[in-house]
Amino acid sequence: MTATVTLEGVVKRYGPVEAVRGVTFTLPAGEIVALVGHNGAGKTTLLKLMLGLIRPTSGDVRVLDENPSAGEFAARKRLGYLPENVAFNASLTGREVLAFYARLKRQPVSGIASLLDRVGLSGASGRRIGTYSKGMRQRLGLAQALLGAPRILLLDEPTTGLDPALRLTFYEIVRELRDQGATVVLCSHALTELEERAERVIIMNRGLMVANGTLDELRHLTQLPTRIRLHLAAKPTALPDWLRSMNYRRFNGHVVELDASPGKKMELLRWAAASADTVDDIDVVPPTLDELYVHFLRSQEAAP
Amino acid sequence: MTNALVIAGKEIQEGVRNRWVLATTLLLAALALTLTFLGSAPTGSVGVRALDVVIVSLSSLTIFLLPLIGLLIAHDAIVGEMERGTMLLLLSYPVGRWQVLIGKFVGHLAILAFATVIGYGAAAAALAATGVSIDAESWVAFASMIGSSVLLGAAFVSVGYLISALVRDRGTAAGIAIGIWLLLVLIFDMALLGLLAVDQGRVITAPVVEALLLLNPADIYRLLNLTASDNVSMFAGMAGLADNLSLGRNVLLLALGTWVAVPLGLAAVAFSRREL
Repeated sequence: MTATVTLEGVVKRYGPVEAVRGVTFTLPAGEIVALVGHNGAGKTTLLKLMLGLIRPTSGDVRVLDENPSAGEFAARKRLGYLPENVAFNASLTGREVLAFYARLKRQPVSGIASLLDRVGLSGASGRRIGTYSKGMRQRLGLAQALLGAPRILLLDEPTTGLDPALRLTFYEIVRELRDQGATVVLCSHALTELEERAERVIIMNRGLMVANGTLDELRHLTQLPTRIRLHLAAKPTALPDWLRSMNYRRFNGHVVELDASPGKKMELLRWAAASADTVDDIDVVPPTLDELYVHFLRSQEAAP
Repeated sequence: MTNALVIAGKEIQEGVRNRWVLATTLLLAALALTLTFLGSAPTGSVGVRALDVVIVSLSSLTIFLLPLIGLLIAHDAIVGEMERGTMLLLLSYPVGRWQVLIGKFVGHLAILAFATVIGYGAAAAALAATGVSIDAESWVAFASMIGSSVLLGAAFVSVGYLISALVRDRGTAAGIAIGIWLLLVLIFDMALLGLLAVDQGRVITAPVVEALLLLNPADIYRLLNLTASDNVSMFAGMAGLADNLSLGRNVLLLALGTWVAVPLGLAAVAFSRREL
């Protein structure tokens, strides 16, 4: 695995405000990375640092073996960026804008038709962007980020304003690029959406990186309980003995939920499977990204 | 350089699309034609060099109008794109900030030059079409008037970029642009006149006045055109001044060129230091 992005001890200060405080991470090629955090946690600042739009106050940023803010643009040709709230000049048409950006990346303008088709804009490509809806502008933003088969794709809130069908197409495109060896960084608040897609999660809070790892690694780190939901038989005579001693929650009569710490999970499942006369069905819900996120934030707030 | 040209091309495309090119060309043509035909009324048609009269009236028009047009297209160039969010995306591409600025400059200058050449050219063509005889000397003076008009516009485009690179929001940029226009086009001359009247030639001697005039691109333009040829300066009523002027044509052109280059350079510096 070759690293495409390396950050080392990166600090970015805006006057008295420290937007990013000593962040270090490495992103390998061919991975989808979720960058999550509150508004103002430093996500967008990190993206701008990787793009070389701003210089770090201290620390080192390397993108495709290049310092992105040094004024060398070789890396930027292989980089796609979709800013949050992407904006275009309203008086030009979608095709004209995409042709403009293709020229700046030295890409053949002939390739834009298929790109427009891919994001479902070919019908509207001759219309002025001023007439576009929010979702259409987002699609055009996506199209420009995909110009020139990028090796790194930095997407800030990419799926806002996309309808569910296009959202699926979007993740298909992202996966395709990942399979071709691209690093895809997704900044988002839609954690449930990222959960199934991201191979690595980086959690930011107030400029600090509080977690960095695969979802399983994070689950392991937090030791958060897995929820086990038992659907009881229609008319249970009595709860099994092992269950009565547990701390459980009961919903609408015949659903019972338990919190199982990682060490106890298998044991509980075996018990539940053994009580075939009272338990009809078992659901196992591992801690979601939402829960992990909240846990990491809380534990960081608690530590001064 | 390719990047700058790509950006220039987009600026022109935008200018055509949002009717900037059309509006400025029509405005300049309409005013130029009006001045040409109404302005020649007092001189009658008795052997007066018609095109030279047009040069005088058009240069007076230029002094008011081209700075305004230049500032109007330029004041929004950087701060406006930043506010709309288009700059962030543009700068994430493999382009340098100075390339963005040069590209915009070339594009805006092309729009300005097109409007001036077509607008003023229409007036000259209409005049020639009426059958007035125009000699080569007048044509040269007319062409250099158009050239220096574009240069004057370029100076104010540069000043507009400098404003745009320095301020935080578009409203401020517009306010400052109007202020600069008022100052350089209207107030500067009046203040200078007042100063001369008060001073009675004690401290402010002719060389000092000349130096002061170089501080204002509009005045450099005035000196450049209204004293350019004997015929023109006679009609402009500036023959006396033209005889006393020690600044050569090249010095004036250089001064106007400096007014283009220095604000543009400063704008590039301010833009490159700006945080996104």
